[in-house]
Amino acid sequence: MADGTALSSDALLDYDEALAKYEPVLGFEVHVELSTRTKMFSAAPNPAAADSGTVEPNTMVAPVDMGLPGSLPVVNAQAVRYSISLGLALGCSIAETCRFARKNYFYPDLGKNYQISQYDEPIAFDGSVEVELEDGTTWTVPIERAHMEEDAGKLTHVGGTTGRIQGADSSLVDYNRAGVPLVEIVTKPIVGAGAAAPQLAKAYVATIRDIVRSLGISEARMERGNLRCDANVSLRPRGQERFGTRTETKNVNSLRSVERAVRYEIQRQAAILDAGGTIIQETRHWHEDTGTTSAGRPKSDADDYRYFPEPDLLPIQPSAELIAELRAALPETPTQFRRRLQADYGFSESEFRDIINANVLVELEETVAAGAAPAQARKWWLGEILRIANARGVEAGTLVSPLHVSELIALVENGDLTDRLARQVLEGVIAGEGSPEDVVRARGLAVVSDDTALTAAIDEALAAQPDVLQRIRDGKVQAAGAVIGAVMKAMRGQADAARVRELVLERAAR
Amino acid sequence: MAAQSEIVRWSAARLAESLAAGEVSSVEATQAHLDRIGDVEADVHAYLHIAGERALARAAEVDRLRAAGEAPSALAGVPVAIKDVLCTSDMPSTAGSRILEGWVPPYDATPVARLRAAGLVPLGKTNMDEFAMGSSTEHSAFGPSRNPWDLARIPGGSGGGSAAAVAAFEATVALGSDTGGSIRQPAAVTGTVGVKPTYGGVSRFGAIALASSLDQVGPVSRSVLDAALVHDVIGGHDPNDATSLDETWPSFADAAREGAASGSLAGLKVGVVHQLDGSGFQAGVRQRFGEALKRMAEAGAEIVEVQAPHFEYALAAYYLILPAEASSNLAKYDAVRFGLRVDPGGSTVEQVTALSREAGFGAEVKRRVILGTYALSAGYYDAYYGSAQQVRTLVQRDFDQCFAQADVLVSPAAPTTAFRLGEKIDDPLAMYLNDITTIPANLAGVPGLGMPIGLAPEDGLPVGLQVMAPLREDARLYRVGATLEAILEREWGGPLLAQAPALGGAADRGERIRTTPGTAPAPGYGTEPDGGTL
Repeated sequence: MADGTALSSDALLDYDEALAKYEPVLGFEVHVELSTRTKMFSAAPNPAAADSGTVEPNTMVAPVDMGLPGSLPVVNAQAVRYSISLGLALGCSIAETCRFARKNYFYPDLGKNYQISQYDEPIAFDGSVEVELEDGTTWTVPIERAHMEEDAGKLTHVGGTTGRIQGADSSLVDYNRAGVPLVEIVTKPIVGAGAAAPQLAKAYVATIRDIVRSLGISEARMERGNLRCDANVSLRPRGQERFGTRTETKNVNSLRSVERAVRYEIQRQAAILDAGGTIIQETRHWHEDTGTTSAGRPKSDADDYRYFPEPDLLPIQPSAELIAELRAALPETPTQFRRRLQADYGFSESEFRDIINANVLVELEETVAAGAAPAQARKWWLGEILRIANARGVEAGTLVSPLHVSELIALVENGDLTDRLARQVLEGVIAGEGSPEDVVRARGLAVVSDDTALTAAIDEALAAQPDVLQRIRDGKVQAAGAVIGAVMKAMRGQADAARVRELVLERAAR
Repeated sequence: MAAQSEIVRWSAARLAESLAAGEVSSVEATQAHLDRIGDVEADVHAYLHIAGERALARAAEVDRLRAAGEAPSALAGVPVAIKDVLCTSDMPSTAGSRILEGWVPPYDATPVARLRAAGLVPLGKTNMDEFAMGSSTEHSAFGPSRNPWDLARIPGGSGGGSAAAVAAFEATVALGSDTGGSIRQPAAVTGTVGVKPTYGGVSRFGAIALASSLDQVGPVSRSVLDAALVHDVIGGHDPNDATSLDETWPSFADAAREGAASGSLAGLKVGVVHQLDGSGFQAGVRQRFGEALKRMAEAGAEIVEVQAPHFEYALAAYYLILPAEASSNLAKYDAVRFGLRVDPGGSTVEQVTALSREAGFGAEVKRRVILGTYALSAGYYDAYYGSAQQVRTLVQRDFDQCFAQADVLVSPAAPTTAFRLGEKIDDPLAMYLNDITTIPANLAGVPGLGMPIGLAPEDGLPVGLQVMAPLREDARLYRVGATLEAILEREWGGPLLAQAPALGGAADRGERIRTTPGTAPAPGYGTEPDGGTL
């Protein structure tokens, strides 16, 4: 890939050396797709709503989303409520009155060729959010604003080598995503994180994810684009007051990538500065495969979007009663949530930290809520699921739903599955074969609990090893192992070893 | 049955009575209008699209409903013309632009849907300046309409087609849209009545946007009562338009009837806006305006002069706000999803968009898009758009102060009578000045009515009066307008339009179109199956 070769030529400064010379300053723009039933400004169904699944292109569109003449936007009140809740959860003030604005630019993913957004009057502003790093230290990230806007459609570029619009033969437009309600959360510059900057970046995005999930306002699946992070990074020489020139790395779509991208930009920029060069203010594209960024379009503060107040919409004026009602309904913060779960589940500090660092706390909580024992839930999420996730380089939470994990645990508890079988079932669930029960049925993986079948297998095994029963009677109970092994082998693992053992011992006692 | 030539001259109120009494059917009324269209349309060119067969079918349906005792409204069966800026799901909706040639929207504009639900029969779509930018219909991509009073003159704009259709008896009533005077100025120069309702009084859903904060859909008719009847049908809250006012409106028709019946304006304070008092306007316009004030005073009104010092800046502010909003509203015409696409092959999307806009937009549209883009640009925003919005606020305050001293405000509805085709086409500023009296109402959102007050002695062409009322007081316009109308018509011995010259050259030439004309499309205008056979 053309980009890949160009990228590898980026010089990087050693991370520790970079941090010794320069202080990173971070800033984030996180876009959250709200999971309202309908879109931000139209009655079309919202593809970012829960359980909307995969849909054919251009099937979830209303005239407004296509920018048809004569169509008019109407604000989705639920999206406004969600945005206020999010603003409150971020400790923001809520505007008594705020307007939408038009951001004008020609691009085919916007039917109207302007995006309805908020410009100088965001619905929420001046907040902060507590973020906990892996070592347990906490950071306060200052929030500048959270504003409402609509998502754009998706372009698929056909032909060409880069998959980008430049060089493509043609482009296909899918307006399903056009008009999906978004909240954009913008931080103030974050200074002083030093070497922990990449970790802080990851923890911040994870916290936003946890907040919107606990509010129930977004599906918050990064791999599906429900939550998208643009990471701004700049460096300044230690001791310098003025901020350096920043780059904006766009659409970093996993927590792990956020951390890696920030780290990469620190090292790349440090190398340039160290060589006496200057940083170009630009957007950068993150490449998951190579773990690098590449130059996008130059971005200057002078980008002229010809903002003006959206004349098709009236100002939003949330009543004090509504704000009070939404404030009262706020769930606990992620920090409170953690403290409560740690107490409820009785995990040790280190056990709990592992869960946090694996980013599966919410999944674990939902698994427990669905009926699993905390210890079992922890075993699965930090065990097999995390192993597969790490092998694939994805977040564990993206692999399987908490409900399915709890069902899997129940099947083991009921003796329908052995651990070994359960791991196979998990594979099937991850492969998209359905619920654990579906996989058990389709793959025929259920434990053989029919004693007749087991007895027949035991008879066969005893016939091959006639001395075993006597040795057990002589007190060498471990001799049963040979028979159990043979039975399990004959049953292709689909037997409950404990039950086999019981039956063998019963036979010996006769 | 009344003669067809008579039916087309009836008001909507009169036709509604005859329909209710079974004296005439909607099919007969519709056919009468289609015949009239066949007679005069080649001269007037009020329509961009005529849906003859569809209209007759709908008329027959309404007749059946009426026979079954299920007439949807008092106006059921009345033929109506619709300005092409309004979306119609069964007729092309082009806003007078080449870039939308042949485009049929998948929905009806709310005012159209309400007319249909009330049983009115759409005859077709009327001509207009492209995207409603103009005061003469000369900026229509499909050729100008002509003033039935003098075919060498403009019928006003942008809604010249609707005004000409009504004035030429090619429709009983019509719909228009008014962004800076596009209903009231055509009314003035064609001797018809037109109302721009309070902003938010009539839904903008389905009205192809020019300037969203100024656009308002309203009725076009030959009498104040007819305008009120149509307004009653199309008005009221619409959840599809966020700027639609959610309130209960009184019956405007009742207001008009009360006004006509009372014959008195006693107790009414009529404010003459000093800044729009007619100084510098055409002599005949000034004269008729003065006489109208006299008639109102004789009817008991107290005439007071009021000051609106910031109206002086209204035109300049308007020509920043309108282009700014229009530049954004017209960005959707990019050839990607609908409309004209000029694609020479092997081009980028930017090139196709640019070529399509180059070919699809007329000069006036380009002028305003460029102006608006500039006015919104970083570094100029505060000086232009920002200042214009401040002027807008000051104009609104002027209105507040004027309405503290007067119940209604009056002015000539246009500075001159109809000018000649071609006279101002090369002078945009002269063209813009035509709307000088009507623009302030749009900036403030207040309702305004245009109505005939006589003919200018020097050219024998209609002169219009504008009446403006405070926000939400549209009923006041109808009450006052109908009173004055009754007084004037007594004086004239009938409607002013009775004095209009006879048309019908096509019929004289033996070119009468017999049944369902799909007729007289302007050169280059797209046809669609509903156009009918000759």
